[in-house]
Amino acid sequence: MNAIMVHDVAVDLDRTTILREVSCAVASGSWLALLGPNGSGKTTLLRAIAGLIPYRGTVTLGPAADAGSLRARQRARLIAYVPQAPTLPPDMRVTDYVLLGRTPHLSYLAGPGRADRDAAARAADLLDVARFGARRLDTLSGGERQRVVLARALAQEPRILLLDEPTSALDIGHQQNVLDLVDSLRRTTGVTVVTTLHDLTTAGQYAHELVLLNQGRVEAAGAAAAVLTEDRIARVYAARVTVSTDAAGNTIVTPVRTTPG
Amino acid sequence: MNSRWLRAARPYGIAAASLAAAMLVSALVGAADLNPLATVSTLLDRIPFVRLPGSLSPLDRAVLFEIRLPRIVLCALVGGLLSIAGAGYQGVFRNPLVDSGMLGASAGAGLGATLAIVYLGGAGPAAVPVAAFAGSVGGVTIAYLTGAAGGRGTATLLLAGVAVGMFLTALQTYVLQRSAQDLQAVYSWLLGSLSGATWQQCAEILPYSAVSIAVILLHGRHLDVLSVGDEEARALGMHPGRTRLIVVAACALAAASAVAVSGLIGFVGIIVPHVIRRLAGTSYRLVLPLSLLAGAGFLVLADTLARTVLSPAELPIGVVTALIGSPVFVWILRTTRAVRT
Repeated sequence: MNAIMVHDVAVDLDRTTILREVSCAVASGSWLALLGPNGSGKTTLLRAIAGLIPYRGTVTLGPAADAGSLRARQRARLIAYVPQAPTLPPDMRVTDYVLLGRTPHLSYLAGPGRADRDAAARAADLLDVARFGARRLDTLSGGERQRVVLARALAQEPRILLLDEPTSALDIGHQQNVLDLVDSLRRTTGVTVVTTLHDLTTAGQYAHELVLLNQGRVEAAGAAAAVLTEDRIARVYAARVTVSTDAAGNTIVTPVRTTPG
Repeated sequence: MNSRWLRAARPYGIAAASLAAAMLVSALVGAADLNPLATVSTLLDRIPFVRLPGSLSPLDRAVLFEIRLPRIVLCALVGGLLSIAGAGYQGVFRNPLVDSGMLGASAGAGLGATLAIVYLGGAGPAAVPVAAFAGSVGGVTIAYLTGAAGGRGTATLLLAGVAVGMFLTALQTYVLQRSAQDLQAVYSWLLGSLSGATWQQCAEILPYSAVSIAVILLHGRHLDVLSVGDEEARALGMHPGRTRLIVVAACALAAASAVAVSGLIGFVGIIVPHVIRRLAGTSYRLVLPLSLLAGAGFLVLADTLARTVLSPAELPIGVVTALIGSPVFVWILRTTRAVRT
């Protein structure tokens, strides 16, 4: 079954068309990576699915029918969205920040109860941030910040996790650490994952399906080997690369430098 | 479990005890010398089911119940309102420098009071609180409508508030320049004073105070969510625009109620919430109620100084809050940083 069905979605921002005729589907419990050069509409598509910007067309979330008819709070119980640069209030404690993830589950005037604290604590445990729960957010390292933000998203107990460039501020080791974490969360909780990613090789290693956007349209969709071809990358990214396959069957994209002179 | 509850209740206990102590000190200090023991037993005697020999003379009783207590209670109300309104605005705008007088509130109140004093003649004094209240609420309304029309960002709203404030202040100056004989009356109102406070004034602002305080307190959690920014708050299922409108309206009502009976008292709405953040934490679920209590205590103490330092003359309370408040504020800023980080 599909967790997300995007059908013929178009988005205009400030009278500029950012996305047009975008359709794609994400199988429940799978991982979809959105690829494309800067400005191709990856983030805009994530924000449309999260219901944060107006769009034309339909977005269907699982059996819940048209996402456009959901109230903000209902939608937030289905979808957790993590922007590329989340705002972390500097003075806030890690525990309090993770607890903010319970917001969509609270009625207007209620505070978080025991069940909410337990859910937040479970999320903090899963991402191994509970041991520094009393620290202020401005004292965290880049890797710790990303884990804390993921813990907040997980505290929402969403069925869908939308992550915008979850690894952009991290070194290669922390990138793998975060993506491994996301994948193990996907396996244990059955959450459906949609990420934008810049690194094509990494995207092919973690995601089941890639959707390559170019100038607001879907250029190609499918498995890594089908989407990531030298010709297509050269055309869409204006980049020089070679594409190879390693022993494990992963598609490897290698940048090539032309020799000067 | 029990100890956790105690730990959570401790800051409120300390703040409430400090407020009670400030009120008691203020009740004992003044031109008429009230015997401390007799005063305390007279006060306790007023509590239902407590019987104590109230040994104050009838004259002293009158001083206590008709002069000092109404002033103390009004001070506590005004200080609490200004502080909680300042804290609420700071949360809504995610900006620690916002005060309860922003968004055209003070300027509107000043214009309202000036119009009442200048044009209503004999009826002026009675009409000043109503005019100041209406001016304050009107100022915020104009600023909100102007700012919300220009875009949805909080910076736009604040800038619209600055523009509206300057416009209203210019109008007020214009009105005042045309009737120089009212300068004294207008300026003494502008500087703020709680002398001549009555139980009736307390009763008049109580309904507005109760409603605005309740609404602000109920939105502490929402202000915490807003601190991650509008977009992420929306992704968490909130409606930031709606929350902002509700809290701004409640803060405007709180500040207008205070201004109506006290004139313009600046500074309280900035420093009290900041001190609370330094000492108790930054969650608005803590900052809002503690600002209410601490602001009340702070203004009671400031007013006690205002009416005793130059006795029998009185200092404007705004002068006291700034003279005492600024150095204390700087001292707290300098001494607490090491503890909190």
